[in-house]
Amino acid sequence: MKRSNEPFFWLLFSGGGTLAALFLPALLFLLFIAPALGLVEPQSFEQMSAKLRPAPIRLFLLVLITMSLFHWGHRFRFTLYDGLQLKHLFGLIATLCYGGAAALSLLTAYLLWTFP
Amino acid sequence: MNKDYKLHHPAWYRRQMQIFWWLKRFSYTKFISRELTSLAVGWSAIMLIALLWAAGHGAPAFDRFLTLMSSTSLVVLNIVAAIALLFHTLTWLHLAPKAMVVQIGRYRVPDRLLLIGQYLSWAAATALVVWYFGGSR
Repeated sequence: MKRSNEPFFWLLFSGGGTLAALFLPALLFLLFIAPALGLVEPQSFEQMSAKLRPAPIRLFLLVLITMSLFHWGHRFRFTLYDGLQLKHLFGLIATLCYGGAAALSLLTAYLLWTFP
Repeated sequence: MNKDYKLHHPAWYRRQMQIFWWLKRFSYTKFISRELTSLAVGWSAIMLIALLWAAGHGAPAFDRFLTLMSSTSLVVLNIVAAIALLFHTLTWLHLAPKAMVVQIGRYRVPDRLLLIGQYLSWAAATALVVWYFGGSR
């Protein structure tokens, strides 16, 4: 029997789902929605970059963003298969979903590594 | 294996499913909406990447980013994403007691207790985010 790499992606999916569930609502509201609506004072460039700079924060963001991306990739892949009945595009969809998640993860790692 | 065999090839004798089968029943639509919350998760990840990019490229880039973020279309998109994220969080937290049975000795921890734990971790995570990113320190 061919070995499946499904468990690996499932682990990323479930870990990402948990991290996303716990942290993303607060982050999206506090960093994007509330400042745009004037509910909180938008942070200055200096404040924001100072908050993003510490190594533990960068490491946390790397894990959070990467796993959220793979959560999207895995779940959206099956939504397309089931929801839109696209099972015959198996390879293409898997490549686009995981490939997209991997490419954006690399970009995240690069941005965090070179963060001034 | 037959070399002509193709995985998930649409066989002609298979019963045809309609593309919009999930609009037939509310529970199906709810299922697909729940699955589609992954788009909001991916969107939030992209927003965070944009923030990282802007905050790493100097004050002018960051100011442009703030202006862009207050544009109506992005505010609307972010609010829609936030609603979907809440749906994801609630369904995900409620999934855990179904997915795992926690036993201490012969005592099975009741679902409700696990659920309280789930909500407490959500509250803790949210408090952590507000403490660190909220306000200007």
